[in-house]
Amino acid sequence: MTSARPAELPAGLAERSALLAFFSETAAIAQAELKKLFRDPTELFSRAVQPVLWLVIFGQVFSKVRGIPTGNVSYLAFMTPGILAQSVLFTAIFYGIAVIWERDLGIIHKLLVSPAHRSSLVVGKAASAGFRGAVQTFIIYLIALAMHIQINWNPLAIAGVLFAVALGSAAFSTFSLIIACIVKSRERFMGIGQVLTMPLFFASSAIYPLAMMPGWLQVVAFLNPLTYLVDALRGIMILGGQSVHSLFADLGILAMIFLVLATVAAKLYPTLVQ
Amino acid sequence: MDSGQGTPQAAELNAIETTALTKRFGDMTAVDRIDLRIPYGQIFGLLGPNGAGKSTCIKMLTTLLDLTSGSAVVAGFDVVKAPAEVRRRIGYVPQMLSADGALTGRENLMLSAKLYGMARADRNRSIAEALLFMGLTEAAGKLVKTYSGGMIRRLELAQAMLHRPSVLFLDEPTIGLDPVARHIVWERLRDLRRDFNMTILITTHDMDEADALCDVLALLHLGKVAVTGKPADLKAALGTAATLDDVFVHYSGGSIQEGGNYHDIRQTRRTASRLG
Repeated sequence: MTSARPAELPAGLAERSALLAFFSETAAIAQAELKKLFRDPTELFSRAVQPVLWLVIFGQVFSKVRGIPTGNVSYLAFMTPGILAQSVLFTAIFYGIAVIWERDLGIIHKLLVSPAHRSSLVVGKAASAGFRGAVQTFIIYLIALAMHIQINWNPLAIAGVLFAVALGSAAFSTFSLIIACIVKSRERFMGIGQVLTMPLFFASSAIYPLAMMPGWLQVVAFLNPLTYLVDALRGIMILGGQSVHSLFADLGILAMIFLVLATVAAKLYPTLVQ
Repeated sequence: MDSGQGTPQAAELNAIETTALTKRFGDMTAVDRIDLRIPYGQIFGLLGPNGAGKSTCIKMLTTLLDLTSGSAVVAGFDVVKAPAEVRRRIGYVPQMLSADGALTGRENLMLSAKLYGMARADRNRSIAEALLFMGLTEAAGKLVKTYSGGMIRRLELAQAMLHRPSVLFLDEPTIGLDPVARHIVWERLRDLRRDFNMTILITTHDMDEADALCDVLALLHLGKVAVTGKPADLKAALGTAATLDDVFVHYSGGSIQEGGNYHDIRQTRRTASRLG
């Protein structure tokens, strides 16, 4: 069988280190995604509607209740990082829909026949999700400014917020990719996406502190990645905000979750076209 | 199952060799012990109705799908043992119109160039050449969603040829295209073979396409190769007035228009409707 003559490699296909190839491929995928995003930014704006409702309506009313202990920050300030985290989750969790769409169009087939590493196809998507998260952060900052919420405007704090949001977006979008690889149809995906988002949101510390939860819910929240994103953001985004864990621990846990999810997604990605 | 040209002595000239290539999905055997010998520079057609196993075959040869048993060597490398080496040496145009509509023609090509690891210095030149070759230079800066079906197909050919693959796989390359666009695609495929000695494997259920384009055909029926040979020889064997349709009926006992599973048919219709 090996009698067939190996075809020579075409000129211009440079031999590169695997790491260099990985970064170059990842950048190529992310760049294409970003071009598409900027060409049609309607989704970015429609995604901004929900956080506005939460902060302006829910937040305003609940800050009058004063039944939720939020330490020395106002309830509105307390929930602002939670609503940013929610907005990140709700956007990233539907990332898989686009992947199923691309699969139906044959785009994924073509990507998988190319010599690009499977991991760069996954991480490239995650990187573009991270960028979307940054745009959402910008919108939440604008709302917070308009509502006179006590934001920490220290550039280092803002950089930290952007990093945490990018990491969270990457993790949730990769989780979404895994679901897409398993269900493979848009209809089933929508169902699962709807079922997942609300429990993840309510079983986190996004709009009430962990300490208020009954014991069983605290266990669920402890296992919920969104809790760590909220916790990281609460510590650095608002003035006087306090986190339960250290920033290092929160970001470390998110990074680990992303690495595990990306490894699983790279393994499952080829099954999308089988 | 010899293709007529790929004699054992010329085995080292084969771009594609399969031995008892088999794929089973549960109880269903989609591809059943297929042996192919396709020499470099040949345009080879896998012909058969929907559901005959053509797409499954192409997915295995392009490393998208695991084999159940048997083996396949493409461009000199085993698809199971060295899929990465195979991928660098092949080009692929899926059945659906798969260029990204939200990107321009040039951006689609740039993405391919980067994913194939082309050196930065070579990218722009190769892209310009491919655009010129496919007659898309003027449309290169427009979004692909404004392209006609024929233009999208040519853009996909440009993407597939960009890294000068040894073997090009096309799954139903002209499905849903109007007659003029079809003939242009055929011309470009002949040019690719002539100018770059590319080996081209197409699947089709279109008898005219098989007749006009392919040097050698294999007729697939229920996952098996029913017969293989040059189109003219296949027809001549049945009498002077025979068409490829007659050949197909003779070897499979049914018309090429029959058969096909729900998924394949849905896919075909979706492509057709996208093209309006």
